[in-house]
Amino acid sequence: MAMEEQLNLLKEEALAKIAAAANSKELNDVRVAYLGKKGPITDLLKGMGKLPAEERPKMGALVNVVRQEVTEVLEARAQLLEEKAIQEQLEKESIDVTLPGRPLKVGSKHPLTKVVEEIEDLFISMGYEIAEGPEVEKDYYNFEALNLPKGHPARDMQDTFYISEEILLRTQTSPVQARTMEKKQGAAVKIICPGKVFRRDNDDATHSHQFNQIEGLVISENITMSDLKGTLDLFAKKMFGQEREIRLRPSFFPFTEPSVEMDISCFKCGGDGCSLCKKTGWIEILGAGMVHPNVLEMAGYDPKKVSGFAFGMGQERIAMLKHGVDDIRHFYTNDVRFLSQFHRTEQ
Amino acid sequence: MLVSLKWLEQYVDLQGLEPAVLAEKITRAGIEVDGVADLAEGMKKLMVGEVKEKVKHPEADKLNICQVDFGEEELSQIVCGAPNVAVGQKVIVARPGAHLPGGKIKKAKLRGEVSNGMICSLQELGIEGKLVPKEYSEGIFVLPAETPVGADPLEVLGLYDTVLELGLTPNRSDAMSMLGVAYEVGAILSEDIKLPELDYKESAEKASDYLKLRVDASVENPMYVAKVVKNVKVAESPLWLQQRLMAAGVRPHNNVVDVTNYILMEYGQPLHAFDYDRLGTGEIVVRLANEGEKITTLDDKERTLNTKNLVITNGKEPVAVAGVMGGLNSEVHDGTTTVVIESAYFEGLSVRYTSKDLGLRSDASARFEKGLDPNRVIPAAERAAKLLAELAGGEVLAGSVVFDELDKTPSKVIVSPDFINARLGMKISLDDMVSILKRLKFDVETANGMLYVDAPTRRQDIKIEEDIVEEIARLYGYDEILTTMPIGESTPGGLTAYQAKRRIVRSYLEGVGLYQALTYSLTSDALSQKYALETASVTKLLMPMSEERSTLRQSLIPHLVEAASYNVARQADTVALYEVDSVFLGLTEEGLPLEEEHVAAVITGNWLDHAWQGEQKKVDFFVLKGIIEGLFDRLGLADAVAFERATVAGLHPGRTASVLLNGKRIGLIGQLHPTEQKANGLKETYVMEMNLAAILEVSTEALVYVPVPRFPSMSRDIALVVDRSTAAADLEAIIRQAGGTLLKDVRVFDLYEGDKMEEGKKSVAFSLQYFEPERTLTDEEVVAAHDEVLKALAEANAQIR
Repeated sequence: MAMEEQLNLLKEEALAKIAAAANSKELNDVRVAYLGKKGPITDLLKGMGKLPAEERPKMGALVNVVRQEVTEVLEARAQLLEEKAIQEQLEKESIDVTLPGRPLKVGSKHPLTKVVEEIEDLFISMGYEIAEGPEVEKDYYNFEALNLPKGHPARDMQDTFYISEEILLRTQTSPVQARTMEKKQGAAVKIICPGKVFRRDNDDATHSHQFNQIEGLVISENITMSDLKGTLDLFAKKMFGQEREIRLRPSFFPFTEPSVEMDISCFKCGGDGCSLCKKTGWIEILGAGMVHPNVLEMAGYDPKKVSGFAFGMGQERIAMLKHGVDDIRHFYTNDVRFLSQFHRTEQ
Repeated sequence: MLVSLKWLEQYVDLQGLEPAVLAEKITRAGIEVDGVADLAEGMKKLMVGEVKEKVKHPEADKLNICQVDFGEEELSQIVCGAPNVAVGQKVIVARPGAHLPGGKIKKAKLRGEVSNGMICSLQELGIEGKLVPKEYSEGIFVLPAETPVGADPLEVLGLYDTVLELGLTPNRSDAMSMLGVAYEVGAILSEDIKLPELDYKESAEKASDYLKLRVDASVENPMYVAKVVKNVKVAESPLWLQQRLMAAGVRPHNNVVDVTNYILMEYGQPLHAFDYDRLGTGEIVVRLANEGEKITTLDDKERTLNTKNLVITNGKEPVAVAGVMGGLNSEVHDGTTTVVIESAYFEGLSVRYTSKDLGLRSDASARFEKGLDPNRVIPAAERAAKLLAELAGGEVLAGSVVFDELDKTPSKVIVSPDFINARLGMKISLDDMVSILKRLKFDVETANGMLYVDAPTRRQDIKIEEDIVEEIARLYGYDEILTTMPIGESTPGGLTAYQAKRRIVRSYLEGVGLYQALTYSLTSDALSQKYALETASVTKLLMPMSEERSTLRQSLIPHLVEAASYNVARQADTVALYEVDSVFLGLTEEGLPLEEEHVAAVITGNWLDHAWQGEQKKVDFFVLKGIIEGLFDRLGLADAVAFERATVAGLHPGRTASVLLNGKRIGLIGQLHPTEQKANGLKETYVMEMNLAAILEVSTEALVYVPVPRFPSMSRDIALVVDRSTAAADLEAIIRQAGGTLLKDVRVFDLYEGDKMEEGKKSVAFSLQYFEPERTLTDEEVVAAHDEVLKALAEANAQIR
């Protein structure tokens, strides 16, 4: 057979096999079989030596054309097969995207910590420090230094757990104020004191023998009641919404004079009167006042030269109001179904 | 304090204000009104009737069929179950169509007999049972004989009245009297006060002819006044008096006792009435009790006294515990004819001590404790004499028997208007200040631009300039105060390093999946030291409310375990909690327990639960250990922490470790002992507790960047067969020691303890990273270093596989 004929035959054969190759492996076999070093086309080239010299270039060119053609078809087929393979793989790999994701382990702050940190951060931004102190206290710091001498009737306002005649579980965070003032030795004070306190109460929906307070104290020259009002107004708006109004009502605390309680306009009804505010339009939030001169004096300050204000509130009360919690015991039962509700942000 | 507005109107014009409006004004001025009660609420169409006939109900033993006259043509039949109903009584009737607090009245048939309504008790009119006079407490109330038939009983009883409930703060004991409230309301409304009348006719005989007085304890009893009233007829008080007492929350007894209680409420001055004849000696001696002396008080209880208790005696034996309660032996009774009225000033602290000591609190002791108005002792006695003359037909003997060493001068306060305005941040004019103080009936003068204030003695709370500031502010109105912010040198504020790091610890633990718990500091004696990291002497309450909350804890774990148990009992399959709180250890130099802040955690259930992909992992020791290691890494202390096998009572002996920080034991971690798990209804549960204070006090170096490696590291793996008891950490230490400076990291990547191992052996595999930051390592260098490692391991009896 003439070489040219042979070549064409080979070409037809190769093209048929390429077309029949179902995957890249089969195609590769075709490649090796026809274009490889031991393939028939290469053989043909090798056999060219037997041709007359004048035919060789023509024949060489022809072989290269065939070779080129087969290669091109093969490449095209290869690409097609690869695309097909990818397509198949994608189809195989397809998933139900509506199945649930792998859950991440989450935990969160206790709701009281959330409230405290919010308050702390607000006051830190106004230049306050956070002061802490012992929970087992001396009668002196818990009462006497706060203008509550032994036998003072106002001590009855707080039923106390005593450890001994002179040592007790603090009934308020105010002893931290007394200690801080003593330590500052006459220097200006600007603190927030969060902490745990204890009172002889039976635990029920509204009472807890252990609860938490957060107090503030500012002492400096020329501190006025209007500074107190301004500070509390800012606090109320930050914690309960910009549209809150505050009002001060006269009250009594042994360590402040004058003493007031602060109400905020009800955030549920906006002041129209509802069940939350008992139809009054106002909700009691905290107690405050101007630091009593006896307290200043006992801590080594001259009440003629400096003045100060103090305020304090129950953390639980704030959290209960903010989140609509109806039973104070929830804060201490640590039911995960309760705790896990405080994970998310609420901005 | 319960304030009947009808009664209050006797002293001050209420300007016809609605009770709710008045209540709001009082609240805004400083005394919180906790309640406004309309005494006639829910009642209408009641009528006074007269019982004309009464026959027993044929079908019911306890019922009577009464024919009641309402001044109508026919009598009305009413069935009544009260035992005290009788012919001739004027009674309160709710006829069909009438309303009572309990509902609307309808015509009814009781066991076959028609009843046109009901005859009422006071309880059915909404009066508390404990306030109803004893005589009527088990039956219907009987009105005075002169009450007209057909009248409105609410009118007769004075129930068209409103009572304000005042929540008094301890400083405002002046408002524990109607007069005190009248002064307060007078100041708010700018009204004057009408004082009670004190005039009466004295008999020719003198009180001092009947009674001698000696006070042997003038500190506890600086003033004592006694009056004697003869020929008293003890009887029921007039209705108006009974109604006022009931409105004030006091139960009427008889006219003598009621008068003393009435004046207690009117003046805030407690009085006591003795039966003169029962007193027996014509003498009153006030002294401190003898140790062990006994008295039976009016409540029929024998009390043993001590030398701090002040007593009134007849010269021989105690007849009253001063300011707290009278004695049974001198009590006024139905046959009493001569009465001694005591009006005294007992020191608050003394009364407070005794009333606490005896567990006896009364309206009287509450007032003594807070301090009386020294200038009301005499008027109150005079007022009592007047009322006994008027209401009990008594003859008042001339004069009084008096002991008086009491200081009655008002407190003087000198204050500058500038001071007041400076404290308030306001600009109130001097005139306004004077006007407010005058409304309060304070004596005030101005001179040299200063206010000279004499506070009346009824206001024992007014002593210093700041008190005047408050009086002016509260009546001027806090709404008028501006809102400003403190000016002055600005302070940086912020958290301390400790506080900031504590927040990081919290948020780390939350980030890895733990919820923050808050549990109680007080626990039982038994739990106070359970699982404790360290123990010291415990702090106990003097008088705990229960054994369960009697002792301050030294470990946070017990309550966290309780919380886990609580959750598991409520179907939680996984619980992961942490707490940061103090434990209380021993005593410091200051005499207080050392409060050491700890962090603790409990985990139980599944750590990973992704069921549909078949991924589930139960919690184990290494989950919790990983959390701890991560925490130290977060705090920059990864290299300072180590774990060492340990035993802790209540924890699994083979799965417990101490946490060491720089070689010092600062924490523990372990599995709850299976018996503890069972006792708490828990499956595999792990706990840890660490001394947070000790962790946070370690400061870390500034964070300086280490160049990112430019040269590759070389890795070599070693598998070792060792005794099962050999600690991986010990092997790691040997490797690190031997590996020299080129060895940068060692990691356990496999552990095998299965049955293909020889008994008592395990296989641990380590991956070692060799690395030199400045250049590419040569094989020779690594081989040399690695050979050292292998040699050291072989020396330590580790068999290299």
